[in-house]
Amino acid sequence: MIDALALLPHLAIAPIAVPMVTAAIMALLPEPWHRLRLALNVASMGLVLAIAAALAAWAHARGAVVYVPGGWPPPFGIALVLDRLSALMLVLSAFVGLCAVVFAAARWSRAGVHFNPLAQLQLMGLSGAFLAGDVFNLFVFFEILLAASYGLLLHGSGRPRVGAGVHYIAVNLAASSLFLLGTSMLYGLTGTLNLADLATRVPHVLPADRGVLHAAVALLALAFFVKAAMWPVNLWLVPAYGAATPPAAAFFALLTKVGVYALLRCSTLFFTPAPAAVNDTLLLFGLVTAALAAAGMLASQRLAPLAAFSLISSSGTLVAALGFGDAQVTAGALVYLTSSTLTASAFFLLIDLVDRWRNSNATLEDEAPFLSASLVADEGLNLDDEQQVLIARPFPAKTAFLGLCFLACAVLAAGLPPLSGFVGKLAMLSASLAAPGEPARAWLFLGVSLGVGLLALVAVVRAGIRHFWAADRAPPALRFAEGVPLLALLLACATLTVLAGPALAYTRAAAQALHSPGGYAAAVLGRGRELGR
Amino acid sequence: MELVLAVAIGVLGGSGVWLLLRPRTFQVIMGLSLLSYAVNLFIFSTGSLAIDREPILSDDVPPTLEHYADPTPQALVLTAIVIGFAMTALFLVVLLGSRGLAHTDHVDGAE
Repeated sequence: MIDALALLPHLAIAPIAVPMVTAAIMALLPEPWHRLRLALNVASMGLVLAIAAALAAWAHARGAVVYVPGGWPPPFGIALVLDRLSALMLVLSAFVGLCAVVFAAARWSRAGVHFNPLAQLQLMGLSGAFLAGDVFNLFVFFEILLAASYGLLLHGSGRPRVGAGVHYIAVNLAASSLFLLGTSMLYGLTGTLNLADLATRVPHVLPADRGVLHAAVALLALAFFVKAAMWPVNLWLVPAYGAATPPAAAFFALLTKVGVYALLRCSTLFFTPAPAAVNDTLLLFGLVTAALAAAGMLASQRLAPLAAFSLISSSGTLVAALGFGDAQVTAGALVYLTSSTLTASAFFLLIDLVDRWRNSNATLEDEAPFLSASLVADEGLNLDDEQQVLIARPFPAKTAFLGLCFLACAVLAAGLPPLSGFVGKLAMLSASLAAPGEPARAWLFLGVSLGVGLLALVAVVRAGIRHFWAADRAPPALRFAEGVPLLALLLACATLTVLAGPALAYTRAAAQALHSPGGYAAAVLGRGRELGR
Repeated sequence: MELVLAVAIGVLGGSGVWLLLRPRTFQVIMGLSLLSYAVNLFIFSTGSLAIDREPILSDDVPPTLEHYADPTPQALVLTAIVIGFAMTALFLVVLLGSRGLAHTDHVDGAE
């Protein structure tokens, strides 16, 4: 008789192991067994989602949980650390992954050969990055998720995807070099790579070595900035995500959040309380990123770049919020992170449906209405002279569904009430005003994030008017398997709004633990002492 | 020895960055390879340089880092080499695909 509770600790490795095994099985299945692959893919994502939810409940009850796959006591060997933040990210990645593969099942998974195994490997890399308890494993899982994302980006092939892929891969390989440099410098300084051990040793680095420490941390931060799509190292994102197949882009919405996660994890562990230089850097780059991304949204003529820019702006807002180094602000930021990831994924999926509907009999003129055929602005363009007689027509339900989803995305992206984007922003902004430190920083943050929200609203609503208030068009062809994941993502946002109280309580506990890293270090190193005996 | 290694890392890294910024895909991939060599040497050097010291404990030598080479950077560099090699191979495939689709080896797919 196996004790179920005794097995629970081993579940911590399941989010990595399940997708890995599934991907291996799927890669061996012959091509005609496409349906079996799809079923396996969906089943594995669902299983990981269930496990992640169980782990989140467990982590919430226990604080940080340490799993040691090799049996070597930390800080030696490999440790997986599950705390509230990593559990939240696990649930989020499995849920978004599930929605993306269900959506892809209808159509996109057949655009290339290996969509299903690649999606599983992507999930494996994400789970590993969120669970990794040392910097080098974080690097290894980054590489796994990037390798899978290269494959997913190229899924479907075609010249725009391969062209964007070349840039994406080159930028990420260069960033990985920086990550390695920073990691090895940290090891040279402290003699450890374990995050918990680093947290106890970094404050004791000799003053003579502080310069090297700062250089190492700056290199790591630059590598994370590339992943989190922070200005000025985010120019790769829009072409790549715009060219990717929609389910892949929806899954990629999580990749920028991995960068934010790594920044949050490392900055709180290494620097608590954070020095002003760290906080100011995060705030400054975050705000500039968010503001430039809002300008990019306004300038977007097509929907895919619009969604990609909205993803960048949410990333910038999040990193700026980390710049307060305050647990309450971080708690709000985690709610906003969840909401904005779900929104971006839903947006990428919705865009596919809208684009396909429009492009059933579309020309370039429909896609980029203010531009000439060579995609430059028309001269002497007058937008005011187009007038049509309004006649009442029956309104197809499928059109209404797409329109309502678009409206929900607009409300979420702009952070307007009543949906969860508002809850996250409100929690962040109100906490930032109450946070210790100069009030000018909080007001700057408030002004920029509200301004970005307004610009996002203008951009998305303008796009909505162009796409939905158009003249006669056949109702969209909407498949059940495509409508359900889109609806699920938006319903998850609605649920997050209704359950904002419990959600905030969870993220507050997560943020408190992050901003007092002693608990994390004690859990990992204490487990090491337990095993060492 | 430190100087030789530092110069080697610097030359490899500098050439790598320069080639990475060139417009031809072949130059880019050579640049990335050189950059990863520089990084690998750098990782290797963080364990401090030593001659004739083993990373494996033996009975007649006291077990302190005075007498042994640090094994961790060696393990790290091995992992980094494998990952870097795999990524370079993957990138090469994508570059060939881009060359085939765009009929040019410019990184932007157009002259």
